[in-house]
Order: sequence, then C-alpha cells, then structure tokens
Amino acid sequence: MSGPFVRKSILPGFSLSLGFTIFYLSLIVLIPLSMLFLKTASLGFKEFLEVIMEPRTLAAYRLSFGTAFVSAGINAVFGFIVAWVLVRYSFPGKRIVDALVDFPLALPTAVAGIALTELYTPTGWVGQFLQSWGIKGAFSPFGITIALTFIGLPFVVRTIQPVLEDLDPQIEEAAASLGANRWQTLTGVIFPIIFPALLAGVTLALARAIGEYGSVIFIAGNMPMKTEIAPLLIMTKLEQYDYTGATAIAVGMLLISFLLLATANFFQWLTSKNLGKT
Amino acid sequence: MGARTEPKIIQYLLIFLALAFFSLFIVLPLVCVFHNALAKGWSIYLTTLQDKDAISAMKLTMITALVAVPLNLVFGVVASWAIAKFDFRGKNFLLTLIDLPLSVSPVIAGLIFILLFGAQGLLGPWLMAHNIKIVFAMPAVILVTIFVTFPIVARELIPIMKSQGNEEEEAAITLGASGWKTFWLVSVPNIRWGILYGIILCNARAMGEFGAVSVVSGHIRGLTNTLPLHVEILYNEYQSVAAFAAASILALLAIFTLIAKSIVETVIVRKSI
Repeated sequence: MSGPFVRKSILPGFSLSLGFTIFYLSLIVLIPLSMLFLKTASLGFKEFLEVIMEPRTLAAYRLSFGTAFVSAGINAVFGFIVAWVLVRYSFPGKRIVDALVDFPLALPTAVAGIALTELYTPTGWVGQFLQSWGIKGAFSPFGITIALTFIGLPFVVRTIQPVLEDLDPQIEEAAASLGANRWQTLTGVIFPIIFPALLAGVTLALARAIGEYGSVIFIAGNMPMKTEIAPLLIMTKLEQYDYTGATAIAVGMLLISFLLLATANFFQWLTSKNLGKT
Repeated sequence: MGARTEPKIIQYLLIFLALAFFSLFIVLPLVCVFHNALAKGWSIYLTTLQDKDAISAMKLTMITALVAVPLNLVFGVVASWAIAKFDFRGKNFLLTLIDLPLSVSPVIAGLIFILLFGAQGLLGPWLMAHNIKIVFAMPAVILVTIFVTFPIVARELIPIMKSQGNEEEEAAITLGASGWKTFWLVSVPNIRWGILYGIILCNARAMGEFGAVSVVSGHIRGLTNTLPLHVEILYNEYQSVAAFAAASILALLAIFTLIAKSIVETVIVRKSI
C-alpha cells in the first residue's frame, strides 16, 4: 500500500473521530486484553505448559472443544434446513419463526441455562423420555451439547439466509433445463455456492460455543474431569485466587480457538477461490 | 414441478423437520420459563418479584444498561463516522480490533478486568492505597458490560452509514454548513433507525450478560447482583419458582427485544427501497 494515510475529503472531523475511536478502543478493549499477555509473559513457558498439560485442564479442553464441534455439526445440518425452509417455502407462522431464530441471542444465557436444565433433568419434559431410552440428559456431555446447539443456531441460520435469498434463480433453471434433476441441482449447483457461508456460520457458532459459560454451567453438572468445561475451570481457578493458572488456561483456549478460526478462514478462502475459477 | 421447487412431499418433510427442531430448541425452553415461574400461581409469582434482593438486582441491571448503552452509542456513532466516511490505511485492522470483544469468552472478558484492577492485578495495589474499589463492586460490573457490548452499535451503524455515501454531507458542507451542523442535521437523521436498532441490541446484551459479570461481581446480594446473577443464586438454592420468576422478566425483555427489532428492520428495509 502506498499513498497518503487518508484520502482527501471535504468532510471534516476525521482526526477527531478516529482519535476518539482509538482512545476508547484502547481504554475499554486493548489495554484490558493486553493484561492477558502481560500476565502470561511473567509466567515463563515451562510453567505455562505445566498448567496447560494438567490432566484436569486437558479434560476440560477436550470437553469444551468436543461438545462445541458436535453442536456446530448439528447446527450445520438443522440450521441449513431451517434457513432453506424460511427462504424457499411458505407456511403459517413463518414470520414468527423467522423472528424467533434470534431468540438464543436475545435471551440472557443464565435464563437459557436454567430452562434447558429443567427440561432435560430426569423428571423434565424431555429428560423423562431420554431417561426411558437410557440417555442421561442433563449433567452430562449430552446436556452440554444441547445448550451449545441452542446458542449456536442463529449464527448458522443468519449467515446462510441472505446468500440463499440472493441466489440467482436463473442458475437453477439453467441446471434443470440442461437435464439435472432436483437432487443434482441441489448438491452440484446450490450447495457449492452456499458452502462458504455455511462454513462461516458454523465457525461463528463454534467460536461462540467454545467460550460459552452461562447456558452451560447449569446443565453441565460441573464434575472435574467429566463435565467441567474450560471456562468453568478458569472460574474455579479465579475463585481460588490462582490468577496465574486462570490466565494460562484462558490463553491456551484463545490459542486453540485462534488456530481453528484461521483454519476455517483458510478453507473459506480456498473454496471461494475455487468457486471463482469455475 | 418447476425448476426451483422440490416435490410437495419433500417440502412438507423439510418444513416438519425444521419446525420440530425449532420447537424443541427454541419454543420449549421459552414455554418452560413461564410454566415454572407460574407453577405456584400468580400471587406467589408477583410476591417473589417484590423481594428486596430481586428489586435491587433489577435496579443494578438498569443502572448498568443506562451507563453502558449511551457510552457505546457515542462510540458507535463516532467510530462509524471515521470508518464509513473516510478512506484510510489500516481500516480493516481497526474493524477487526473493534470486533474483538465478540470473540472473547465472557469468562475471559471478566478475567482481564480482574488482572487489571484485582488485588493482585496491575493497578490493584495503587487502587487499594487510594481506597478505590472497582473489582467486586459496581464499577467492574459496568466496565465488563461496556466491554462485552462494545462493538454492537458500531457494527450496525458502519454498514448503514457506508451505504448512504458522502454526497448529502458533501453538499451541505459545500453550501456552507459547519461540520457539526452537517453531522446533526444531515448524518444523524439518516441513521436514526440504525441507531435505534443498535440501542435495542446493545441494551438486550447489557441487561442479560452473565458470565463476564459473574467473574467480577463477587455476588454480593443487594449490592453487586444483577438480575441474571440473581437468577443463578436462586436456582442454586433450589428456589425454583423465584428463580424462574426473575428469569421470566429477562425472557420478556428478550421477546420485547425481538419484536422491537423486527419492527425496526421492516422500517429500514422499506426506507432503503
């Protein structure tokens, strides 16, 4: 990039507005966040690894990332179906369903947490059915996955929806007139177009699920090594005034999330590049 | 059967699948909240809501939102002026930084403020010497709420301001209006629905934040408990009806948010056509 820092404009207020933006951003976000790295730097690599490699920490990571992945997978399938049905078909109550897709984002996570727990305990509305099939609803990884699926749904639906809406009808008509049946059109034409959006939505849901706390802690059971998610372990360390341990676990979590996001972005870049070529 | 439709039977099957999934994950939890809140009747419901601790939790939640939302609103408007109206280097990087709080776990959001202001934190000793209490008190509750809701207004306003271009403002300036006058009389009216939209979303998150607030609040009843924290305490004490009664207030807030949001969305779509 070359040229001046800012393109000339007759509108005033550039330095004032940018200055205030950077000042407020630093004060509220950057300075507090940098504490994480300051604290880790004071820790030393060996000590950092020691905390990260503790069996209890590893179990929490495995649980957090595992349940986040499964719930993102469930949302990839059902989020796609919900988005498809909302864009393509008409049925009574469609507007209400469309508005309620954002409900998990609008509902405070603690409320979602206690409601889902109440539903999935062995005596709950859903839990009693699961019980008779021998499945433990609440207080198990199954329950954690349920909560994370609830939280992630809007991210997938809201990312796919606009792409489906903007889909050029001529593409499908062309495929049909060239002799493709509906299934071939769907898998060979429509799916490749929306795949980058689906991947983006799933990544957002995944990122949210990994760090989720409020909706999970009630339904999780919080047994160390078994149903203790990573954010809860951070909380436990904080309650024991082990700030160093808490920070190390948080940084480890951020590093893995960052790697995941980078991988997802790479795939997204790859697919959109391939799509552009063909 | 047209080129763009599936057989009817598949359509019905997909609608059924979508609605079944939707009922199980969205409708059932919503019904569950109100069912449990009213399990012992209206009079008990109303009594639990008038509990001293419940009222002070509602007050703190409102104060928090009343501070956090206006501050982030000012930031959102100013940031979108800089980002949407001007072309400068590093703009995308700045946008990424603004979005950061959305990808940080709520618990980590709380943790960083403990590391900054806590007793063992960077500023802890200095604050203690000057007898200023931030962590486990109201200031920290408000600060983390500002942090987690930080990008919300800006994210809504930047695309709206960008899509409107600079022509109207440039015309006003060329005709001799001052910068402030142009801003207040041209730009702000153009984005007023976007501002309202941002306020609605920001307020919902500010009032409902749980994880981050839970880390820094210290859970002191009647003092640093917000409504979501109050729900947690009651539920952990097996006071199911009281917990769900407080939760129902937050659920009503969520429903109100969704209704207001779809009304404003309809207005914005109509205006942009």
